[in-house]
Amino acid sequence: MQTQTHTPTHAAAPMPPPMTAAQTAAEPKMSIRGLDFYYGQFHGLKNVSLDIAERRVTAFIGPSGCGKSTLLRTLNRMYSLYPGQRATGEILFHGRNILDPGVDLNMLRAKVGMVFQKPTPFPMSIYDNIAFGVRLYERLSARAMDERVEWALSKAALWDEVKDKLKQSGMALSGGQQQRLCIARAVAVQPDVLLLDEPTSALDPISTAKIEELITELKRDYTIAIVTHNMQQAARVSDFTAYMYLGELIEFGATDALFFKPQRRETEDYITGRFG
Amino acid sequence: MASDGATLTMDLPVAATPAQGGRVRRDDAPPPSRGHGQLGDLIFENLTRLFAMLVLGMLAAILIALGIAAWPALREFGPGFFFTNVWNPVKSQFGGLAPIYGTLVTSAIALLIGVPVSFGIAIFLTEMCPVALKRPLGTAVELLAAVPSIIYGMWGLFVFAPWFGDHVQPLLTSTIGRLPVIGAIFQGPPSGIGLATAGIILSVMVIPFIASVMRDVFEVVPTVLKESAYGLGATTWEVVWNVVLPYTKVGVIGGIMLGLGRALGETMAVTFVIGNAYKISAALFEPGNSIASALANEFNEAADPVHRASLISLGLVLFVLTTIVLALSRMLIARLARGEGART
Repeated sequence: MQTQTHTPTHAAAPMPPPMTAAQTAAEPKMSIRGLDFYYGQFHGLKNVSLDIAERRVTAFIGPSGCGKSTLLRTLNRMYSLYPGQRATGEILFHGRNILDPGVDLNMLRAKVGMVFQKPTPFPMSIYDNIAFGVRLYERLSARAMDERVEWALSKAALWDEVKDKLKQSGMALSGGQQQRLCIARAVAVQPDVLLLDEPTSALDPISTAKIEELITELKRDYTIAIVTHNMQQAARVSDFTAYMYLGELIEFGATDALFFKPQRRETEDYITGRFG
Repeated sequence: MASDGATLTMDLPVAATPAQGGRVRRDDAPPPSRGHGQLGDLIFENLTRLFAMLVLGMLAAILIALGIAAWPALREFGPGFFFTNVWNPVKSQFGGLAPIYGTLVTSAIALLIGVPVSFGIAIFLTEMCPVALKRPLGTAVELLAAVPSIIYGMWGLFVFAPWFGDHVQPLLTSTIGRLPVIGAIFQGPPSGIGLATAGIILSVMVIPFIASVMRDVFEVVPTVLKESAYGLGATTWEVVWNVVLPYTKVGVIGGIMLGLGRALGETMAVTFVIGNAYKISAALFEPGNSIASALANEFNEAADPVHRASLISLGLVLFVLTTIVLALSRMLIARLARGEGART
């Protein structure tokens, strides 16, 4: 499925020493170097550098407004939809800086899928919800499309629940099912990276557990970055955790290490609940 | 209780105080106020029902009045009135096909031009327009809707028609007009007056209505829904066509129907430029007539009862046409909803 191996062309870049995930043998899929982000005049991210490890789950945690969602939205350049938002620095993906002006945003977003806080089924049938993204980039026969839809829905652990009602509206599903539909939709286009922006914050505990289980399943094939408000969730599903505060990356490292032996006082205060 | 009230008042100092006070009073002494409230509710309920029924009643009254007044003509000519093209006040021979045809054709032209343009305007205003331009452009569109139709008529007759007749019509006739089949549409005297001109003027008149409704409904599409589609790698066009439009289809169809309603019934502007001739021709540059302009032009001089009744019959047709349009739009919406998959 992964068609390209990563070439670490950025190794020689004259940047501040990044906090990398290199200690763990996982290759970086995306490398963020010296990233600054601005909402108009507001400096939303300040010199952030970190690696998103391939086929691992990287969690961004921190209090509201710390920039974790902003960071996620730079990874597929979603912010480019809005005038006045801009980013400087480097985000290397397949050896290319995706912040470069010449980058094909549609191709980038097809390779870096995103799932949002609230389920966002399109106003069409369950089948078409999945097929929509696939049709944008691939010409599949009806049979191949059927297979792709089944594959994606199975990946998202939704197939058994919806296989008899594929023609029904995606909006008629329950909230948890809708969110898994959105994950299936993102998976269906076979991206390299999945960005999850607080994917369970609108869901009940049972649906949340299902999604978390799913994330653990999906990381076999996909690189995942997840923003979460829920520290237990970060601890449960992620391999690496980045703690952010006021637009700065305070600490980044293996999740176990960060939660059990945080290096920075601020991180410890946050994860022990003394602050935040 | 008291502390509850205090915290609430602190949170919402202005709005909550009277509401809170009212609630407390009600909790303390409900029985005396209940009877009064029930009577008030009863009166209010029946009053609103009366108003709602009034609409139905008026609709029925109009239909009946039109039916009675149209009866002499319908008795005289039978159903053939709607399918024959004669209009001879001297011999008292009437058949309304030409104005019916003209009304339908001009409205169709208006929508054919107006809907895509309105769609473009609305998409630009909601998806692509720089923030600084959004308000002035939006206001300009709304102002266009406020221009009185007589102004459109005069502009059509004195400005647009001569230019259209001198430059556009000869060009179209000598180019597309030479093609087989569709060439027949682009024929007629290059006078600038006719069905095509009326349709174009109508399209200008319906654009502000359709565009502003479309803009309003496009604006309520959740940002995150659009971002989801962008997030799959869709282009702006794909997002608009596959997500925004299906999400807003009921509103969009409503806007188009609003425009169609205006186009069907528009009187003044059409009367100025349509030519007022009882002719049926595939050639759009030929003069024609519409129901509304036939009524406006002839009603004053229609002394002959059958002539008068014939005009009222046309009015009845217009009424029925509008009803059919509404019914069709309902059916269309229902069919689209089925296509998207039934909701449980």
